[in-house]
Amino acid sequence: MTRALTLLRRRLVGSIFVLLIVVIGTFLLLEAAPGDAVDAYIVSTGGDAGMIELLRHRWGLDQTELTRLANYLWALLHLDLGQSVTFSRPIRDVILERLPNTLLLMGSATVLSFGLGSALGIYAGARPGGFRDRLLSIGSLALHAVPGFWLGLVLIIVFAVDLRWLPIGGIETLVSAKTGLERAADIARHLVLPVSALGFIYLALYLRMMRAGMAEVWRQDFVLAARAKGLSRRRIVLHHVARNALLPLVTMLGLQSVQMLGGSVVIESVFSVPGLGRLAQEAVAARDTPLLLGIILTSAVLVVVINLLVDIAYALLDPRVGASEAGA
Amino acid sequence: MNLLRRFLRTPEAIAGAVILAALFAMALAASLLFPGDPQAIAGTALLLPFQDWSLPLGTDRLGRDVLAELFHGARTSLAVGLAAAAAALAVGAIVGTLAGFAGGLADEVLMRITDAFQTVPSFLLALAFVSIVGPSLGVVVAAIALGAWTGPARVARAEVLSIRERDFVAGARVIGMHPLEIAFREVLPNALPPVLALSSVIVAAAILTEAALSFLGLGDPNRVTWGGMIAEGRAMLRTAPFLSIIPGVALVLTVLGVYLAGEGVVETTAAMRGLS
Repeated sequence: MTRALTLLRRRLVGSIFVLLIVVIGTFLLLEAAPGDAVDAYIVSTGGDAGMIELLRHRWGLDQTELTRLANYLWALLHLDLGQSVTFSRPIRDVILERLPNTLLLMGSATVLSFGLGSALGIYAGARPGGFRDRLLSIGSLALHAVPGFWLGLVLIIVFAVDLRWLPIGGIETLVSAKTGLERAADIARHLVLPVSALGFIYLALYLRMMRAGMAEVWRQDFVLAARAKGLSRRRIVLHHVARNALLPLVTMLGLQSVQMLGGSVVIESVFSVPGLGRLAQEAVAARDTPLLLGIILTSAVLVVVINLLVDIAYALLDPRVGASEAGA
Repeated sequence: MNLLRRFLRTPEAIAGAVILAALFAMALAASLLFPGDPQAIAGTALLLPFQDWSLPLGTDRLGRDVLAELFHGARTSLAVGLAAAAAALAVGAIVGTLAGFAGGLADEVLMRITDAFQTVPSFLLALAFVSIVGPSLGVVVAAIALGAWTGPARVARAEVLSIRERDFVAGARVIGMHPLEIAFREVLPNALPPVLALSSVIVAAAILTEAALSFLGLGDPNRVTWGGMIAEGRAMLRTAPFLSIIPGVALVLTVLGVYLAGEGVVETTAAMRGLS
């Protein structure tokens, strides 16, 4: 446990630096955007030049860039992301309202792609170079070549328009007043298609990594020893080869989360899931730059947190990780 | 010729090469076969595919020729994919070489910046960049490269770290070459092969990102894109699903072709290294 804590402390310090760079980056983008918060405000409320002057002064926008950056950082430290013009509400509140839906979507999609991907990877890696292996490798590559938004549309055409099995979009049936388990089932029904679309695209990475890992492990001496002992092939595949190839897949979870957050933008737009990704698309459509950058900052924090969790999980699973760091 | 024959040994590599060749042919022939504006009205709206042989793939809801749009879209996809990947590889190679060769504080700063770029989902970054600067072909290329240079940078840095300890680098130092000249004329060319091995994955990702951006309406409005065609067809999903399916199939085949050809190249070079 101390090993994991030491690791956590070191990663935390590094992460803060990285987040600081991200914040400076978003600030620069905000500065580069045409118009500022006052312009946006005036557009929605109306006002004359004197009013603009007054607001610029009150919001500190007439100060030097460095002071503005300091103000921006200070506000972020208080979790203040500013005001969204489109929603006329604090950006933080809008984001927090949408975040759970995205987390639910991403979490389910990760379970699907990790679970099914590694299972198929074991199936392919049981006999590297065999027929099943070749077929699954090509199949997964083809799946990885599919654009997420298009897979979503095809799923809609087949399962929502033609077969009418599943709802076409949204997160739950509106004005249904369902509660408890019934509501959960309703949300689950709405999530089947978006989760499949998001999960199937990233499945290939787990499959290929599992398969490559197993091909590596097959060459090692202990597998030969297990064979010499006369263990069944099934037991060797599951307990000796797959088990040793599974661990590196955990590190992929962190890397994957970044891409999935990006992928959820189009998936949520296609299925009208009111999550962070669709919010990003709405922010682009409404030219609400502060909201868009707030979403980027939130995603960056989310990615850092997920990566920290993955690091800790990895350290707990593999006693070799961080052993030298804890000793130092 | 020997090289080509070795490359074309697996059926996967052949499939990849054929797809890519067809794609390049489509992009080059677009203006010859379909001169004029592909976004101009060509016939009755919503004509189904294989009905009228002057418009083989039918027309969309404004009566535009789907086949013409498909050919012109191939051009955009290829141009953006290749340009963005080239930019990402160049920036990544330069940043990685500088970080690895300089070491110390410069390395630390450059790598933390790389970390920061990898923390932000690259699609969101591209989205923000295009929406702030405004959609045009060049901006879309830059936006995609912005999220794709980190991988090549890491690979280049790792490679440079091992190369800079070699004797010929020490030799270059002794004869008084400028450190920057050593970094870019002696070290970088030797660090390139593993960086270039990433090309196919980066080109594929760039094509997919471009498609997603145009699907959300952030592509160059003056050009036909497959992503834009799918977005157009989305409004007709119930009545004319072929409008979104056809460009999507083109996208899948293109990206698959890039992956397959890329794997073929990697296998060929690995086999060659094994021989020498």
